Amino acid sequence: MRGTFLRRLYFFAVGLFLALPLVVVAGVSFNEKQDLTFPPIGFSLSWYGQIFADAEWRRALIASVLLAVSAAAIAVAVALPLAWFLWRRIAPWANVFQLLGVAPFILPPVITALGMLTFWATSGFYGQPWTAAISHGIFFVTLPLVTLSLGFASIDRSLVEAAATMGADDRTLLKTVVLPLILPYLVSGYAFAFVLSLNEYIVAYMTVGFTTETLPIKIFNALRYGYTPTMAAVSIFFVALAALVFGLIARFGDIRKLLGAMASEG
Amino acid sequence: MRREPPTSVADYGPLVFPGVMLVVFFVVPFSTMIAVSFFQRDPAGFYTTDFTLDNYGRFLSLFFGRVLGFSLVLSVLVAICCVAIAFPFTYLLTRQSRMVQTVWLVALLSVLSLSEVIIGFAWSTLFSRTAGITNLFVWLGLMDEPVALLPSFGAVLTGMVYQALPYTVLVLYPALVRLDTTLLEVARTLGSSPIRAFFNVVVPALRNTLVATIIMVFVFALGSYLLPQILGRPQHWTLSVLITDQAIYQSNMPFAAAMAAFLVLISLALVGLTLLVGRRENAS
Repeated sequence: MRGTFLRRLYFFAVGLFLALPLVVVAGVSFNEKQDLTFPPIGFSLSWYGQIFADAEWRRALIASVLLAVSAAAIAVAVALPLAWFLWRRIAPWANVFQLLGVAPFILPPVITALGMLTFWATSGFYGQPWTAAISHGIFFVTLPLVTLSLGFASIDRSLVEAAATMGADDRTLLKTVVLPLILPYLVSGYAFAFVLSLNEYIVAYMTVGFTTETLPIKIFNALRYGYTPTMAAVSIFFVALAALVFGLIARFGDIRKLLGAMASEG
Repeated sequence: MRREPPTSVADYGPLVFPGVMLVVFFVVPFSTMIAVSFFQRDPAGFYTTDFTLDNYGRFLSLFFGRVLGFSLVLSVLVAICCVAIAFPFTYLLTRQSRMVQTVWLVALLSVLSLSEVIIGFAWSTLFSRTAGITNLFVWLGLMDEPVALLPSFGAVLTGMVYQALPYTVLVLYPALVRLDTTLLEVARTLGSSPIRAFFNVVVPALRNTLVATIIMVFVFALGSYLLPQILGRPQHWTLSVLITDQAIYQSNMPFAAAMAAFLVLISLALVGLTLLVGRRENAS
């Protein structure tokens, strides 16, 4: 079949385009000496060890993970009650908050970054590590908001009705019926925000760039003084982590459904 | 359970925390930024309170005009390239088995979530002289010796297409998944080749989706701030780079804020346009 062949060729070309830079970076990360050559000369995993062994890279890794863990938690903490309210109540004006939650994600990120910079500079907290966590939490609130709205929409309302008829109040309802049902959406919302926060540069840079180095900031700063294979190792580490997280979401949830509805929401 | 309008103050309870957070940490910073765009620059600190239109007046300079023009042309090119590649790809993808779709979606999401720093680093390696793709060409006998392909406009464009391509596929995916295939089957039964059926049936049916996607990708590309710096020369800098540069390195927050406000206006106008286009599609 000519059609099948052409289709395969097209898929292969797109796949190659997406994979090529990563393949080269992976190759570079296995170089034995501190040269940036491809194909690699020798084979060594020592640059991966560097991420954890070198004090500066380790500090950046810890800063990044701490930031992503807390930012994703803030994003979920903001999104969950909002999504719950929007599902539970008829209050058209409350959609304003939904719009506010989606806005930072649709506008070019430099705008949110500059807004946060002026805000923290004006309020006098500029440079504190927690300001980055809040900034990221707000910046990525869109993701859990969208997954949770989707989760709530998938709940069969008669289930909740049954519980309510039996005398459950809102708190009991939430704990025993609603939360278990939307848990997969909650987890994927958290995971999306976590991975994106880990990779985010500009907002982190403008809020805490001069006091804390997250991994993307560290890579960019190191880039100015020339290349090292450690940067390549960190990049591959990040790609693998993202693939792992999204792979898990796909394994335990329906990623097609999640994405099919995501863009229609946004 | 039926949705009910809130009756007591307590019913508004769940809204308190998200509302406060979004207002304090998004609406207030955003308004502060707009306010600062009217302030006076203070070379020693951040700014001094004032009301001046000078920052907006600087838009009239030739330099700003060139940066703005370049950003717009670059983003349009990125959007067109991405949609041209992604549309047939996404269409074919939605015709594959669930398993194949899932694997591709995971891969696309992984690339999409990549930091701009990492994308810039990866492409600068691929375009470098020592580890780059030209070594492959030399090995194949196509070139005499490896060369560096950056900094150049082509490198910036390639990097940005790479960054925006997964986004484009994920924006197109829902529309193409829901595409009614009966028309396509009719065209095929009547003897159209798959490629002709694609161009005569699928493309016209999704014309508005295509326009909306081009605009979405355009706005996405406007936000790129590191790739032009890593892969290009200073004349390839975009508005986003200029904003960062003014805010951080020239410590001219008011001018940066004015440019950001301008960028917001462009983006909002375009996003509004996509909503309008989308509504027309739903109505027809």
